[in-house]
Amino acid sequence: MKRRSGSLLAVMAILLGGASAAQAQPQSGIVRPTYEPRYPSRELGAELYAGNCATCHGIAGQGITHPRPGAGGVLGQGPPLRGVGALAADFYLRTGYMPLANPHAEPEDLQQGDRVLLSDKEIRSLVSYVASLAPGPAIPTPDPGAGNISMGQQLFAEHCAGCHQIVGRGGFVTGARVPELQTVPATQIAEAVRIGPYLMPRFSTQQISDAQLNDIVKYVLSVRHPDNRGGWGIGNIGPIPEGLVTWWIAGPLLIGLCLLLGKRFGR
Amino acid sequence: MSSSDALRDPVRFIDERTASAPLIRKVMRYAFPDHWSFLLGEVALYAFIVLIATGIYLALFYNDSTAHTVYHGPYQPLDGQEMSAAYKSVLDLSFTVKAGLLMRQTHHWAADVFLLAIVLHLMRVFFTGAFRKPRELTWIIGLVMLFTALLEGFLGYSLVDDLLSGMGIAIAYGVALSIPLIGGPLALAIWGAPFPGKPAFFSRMYIAHVFLFPILIGTLIAVHLALVAARHHTQFRETPRHTDRRLIGIPTFPGQVPRSLALMFGTFALLFFLGGLIQINPIWLWGPYHTYLGTNGAQPDWYLGWLIGALRLMPSFDVVIGHVTLIPNPFWGGALFPLLVLAVLAAFPWVERRLTGDRRAHNLADRPRDAPTRTAFGVAFLTWVFLIFVFGAADRLFVLFGLNYDLQLYVFRIGIWVVPLFLFFLTRRICRDLQAAERTAHLQEEGEEQAERERSVVASQAPG
Amino acid sequence: MKPLRWLLALLAWLFGRRRAKAKQGESGERIVPAGAPNRGAENLVLVLLGIATLFAVGFIVTYAEFGPLELPNELLGVCLGGACLFIALALTVVAKRLVVTEEVEEEYPTENEEEQAKVLEIIHESGSRFTRKRLLVGAATAAGGALGLAALTPAVSLGPLWYTRPLDETPWYRGRRLVDVSENPMVAEDIEIGSFYTAFPEGADQDELASSIVVVRLHEGGLQLPAARRTWAPLGIVAYSKICTHAGCAIALYRKPTFPVVEPHAALICPCHYSTFDPARAGAVIYGPAGRPLPQLPLLIDSAGTLRAAGNFSGPVGPSWWGVRDSKALNE
Repeated sequence: MKRRSGSLLAVMAILLGGASAAQAQPQSGIVRPTYEPRYPSRELGAELYAGNCATCHGIAGQGITHPRPGAGGVLGQGPPLRGVGALAADFYLRTGYMPLANPHAEPEDLQQGDRVLLSDKEIRSLVSYVASLAPGPAIPTPDPGAGNISMGQQLFAEHCAGCHQIVGRGGFVTGARVPELQTVPATQIAEAVRIGPYLMPRFSTQQISDAQLNDIVKYVLSVRHPDNRGGWGIGNIGPIPEGLVTWWIAGPLLIGLCLLLGKRFGR
Repeated sequence: MSSSDALRDPVRFIDERTASAPLIRKVMRYAFPDHWSFLLGEVALYAFIVLIATGIYLALFYNDSTAHTVYHGPYQPLDGQEMSAAYKSVLDLSFTVKAGLLMRQTHHWAADVFLLAIVLHLMRVFFTGAFRKPRELTWIIGLVMLFTALLEGFLGYSLVDDLLSGMGIAIAYGVALSIPLIGGPLALAIWGAPFPGKPAFFSRMYIAHVFLFPILIGTLIAVHLALVAARHHTQFRETPRHTDRRLIGIPTFPGQVPRSLALMFGTFALLFFLGGLIQINPIWLWGPYHTYLGTNGAQPDWYLGWLIGALRLMPSFDVVIGHVTLIPNPFWGGALFPLLVLAVLAAFPWVERRLTGDRRAHNLADRPRDAPTRTAFGVAFLTWVFLIFVFGAADRLFVLFGLNYDLQLYVFRIGIWVVPLFLFFLTRRICRDLQAAERTAHLQEEGEEQAERERSVVASQAPG
Repeated sequence: MKPLRWLLALLAWLFGRRRAKAKQGESGERIVPAGAPNRGAENLVLVLLGIATLFAVGFIVTYAEFGPLELPNELLGVCLGGACLFIALALTVVAKRLVVTEEVEEEYPTENEEEQAKVLEIIHESGSRFTRKRLLVGAATAAGGALGLAALTPAVSLGPLWYTRPLDETPWYRGRRLVDVSENPMVAEDIEIGSFYTAFPEGADQDELASSIVVVRLHEGGLQLPAARRTWAPLGIVAYSKICTHAGCAIALYRKPTFPVVEPHAALICPCHYSTFDPARAGAVIYGPAGRPLPQLPLLIDSAGTLRAAGNFSGPVGPSWWGVRDSKALNE
């Protein structure tokens, strides 16, 4: 009896797990050329683009506004990539937000980071290809060491905390989930600020200069290890975990104390 | 050396000057009915003592001024930033005053635990019917203390002027404004000017928090305890000897005193452990408050979570005639909802008397199952408030578990009515079934004893 | 020698075996029943109290040992908590093992009908010299009530109680320049689509509720403003009060679609209860509990290319109150 229910659970897990994985990945998987060169190259990028990206982003990155069926049964629809530069390509590929099977899938449906489907060589190739489509911004090189953490805190509070939470623990925006920032590397922070991926606003150098961006990056890197001098940080999101501690740690302990000192029925 | 000799002189000293020996003797042998759930109110009292003690310490360091000052302290991410003197004083207390952070955190945990204990105590009193005649006044005083404590806690953490609590004060301003007819003048009177108000507003909060409300709560505690002592505590009917007239319990001395003291030190221990080991309200992470700043995931302390849940659940509408707003939206969730809860709780003793026709005085406590309708109503009402409270955290539930916010909104809008209704009937059924099971067990016992007696009669009559 | 004798006496008193002398009343009956000694429990209490003492001393030592920035909060808390905990445990052992379990009986107090009658009698009999009780009571009520009102009257000075005009006041007027939080003017050409900016009136108190505005730029073709506001958005730049009309939090969230074909359109969102406003449609509420649209500030671009207010807000700023008029244009 136990063995039967165990295998039933396994089957369910496979079905459910398989279903969600299938939804996230391009339906046909990553299309790779039969022979991949040793080093990243624009040509490899072009081949990968043709096999995996053109379905939604169109030939030569011109974009597809009206959904049209493409390779692997994917209904293609995507913004143009001409002019987005290495900056955007690097960001979306390294975070794993792209490639995407379903144009309507927003980051809230994805698991950030653990669905990077391309190797580093492939990413570099794709980046150089997309950058070659039209002149666009290069991959930024933020220098958090040069940043001022107090300025970073102020800038983050003014521009970012509303969505990302004051210490970058993520949050909710009507229609989207805002990611937390504890594991984002410095380059990706800078890229995201400049692009404004998905529903995030974009901040150009007019509004946030490169020096200010260094400040912000320094601050965001610091929220990985906030100053928790008061003890166990319990998530650094404020009163919700504090309330849980009150009810589920203090509460049982106090009731236990009363039970110890007072009488129960039948004693 | 005999101990009685050493004490004789002090006892004589006290009685000669205060004439209190008869009173002390009476108090020493006063009876406390014994049940663990009767100790919850005491826990609240001990948390209050910690609040007073740590609060005095904090008040010696806090500066209630909103004057702008620039921070140049050890916490780097705020270095050089402009902030109020109040916020700076709390930063300094947390970083540069030895044991300051411990006292601050213990104080804040004590506030959370104070309200937890009051709520648990209220639930015990409600579900055992201890609010009935002759204890209605005690119940009302308890409710006033509960709502005063809610406000007192809110004021306490708002004094810090950090980003999180500042957003909370803005919402309180919005709720005050939304009260029909008097909202505008009321908010202007309290704040002294449109939000953020005159600098005196912080002084008003401060004085209310460290003086007015503690005096009120302290006095009410004294009256509450005096009433309990005068009428004596309720007791469960553990044996046939426990009746509405005869109270059986443990004497104050030597029985209850060590237990109460143990409970007191145990509560102190818990609060200091929390204050030392688990961080609470790390205000340096939030930064100073400005009206033009906001952070995602801002929440009030747990005991006000029911209000944020109500404010978020309400559908969008103002009561409007033409272009004139009569009742703005926050009124329903922020003002009417808590008033309604208070009114229901306050009116309950009299409503129950009306509905059950029972106007007798009661000194025996009910077991929850002995009053199925009351228990069912209590469960349903608490569930209603609790579900509204849970929705207040729906955005974090979305962030953590991916539960779609819109879906939660619809489910909760229906669920807060359907689930309590369902639980009402289910709880009542369970109580009645438990009662029936007891009766059956009792009858079974009686039946077996009867059969036993008949068997022995027959056996003795059998031909020898 | 004297201090030594005192010390010996103290030690003898502390550790000497106490002969339990039963303090018996005349009738020979004890008030508190006797119980068997429990040396084991006593020893346990001594140990627990000893540990408590160590913890308390530990607190003092920890406090003295570290400077304020290195002082480990956890250690302090554990020391103080530990001291209290072990005292609590010692008292628990006393309560459970060293104090006799006894039951006492008492009568619940009943109604004191006789005393109630006596109280009423005293009150009634005291009034034997009064002939017009009701009139006097009425006069006393009037005097007391009036005095009470008089005592409350100074409370009116707390704030502008009788008129809500201050709620309508804003620092904006036609021609006032927009600046960012560092008081730099905002150049219209620098405002980009897809970003959002916080602005204030030049020189004003930035924390005043009606000061802060949020500025965004949209495609001019996508704007759907009412006819009266066609000129309010030069180059598609719109400005709204940053204070949510629901309960007063700052509208610190902006969502902008990267690919408008599949993503929701631009919106301003408040983090407190998630009221969502549409900047393309005059700040209309599209989600959440807010009941009033966001007040819009008309903009103009001056000869230097910087943004200035072209007038006052379209409606009152911040949370609503009884009598607030949605379409009331504020004084210029």
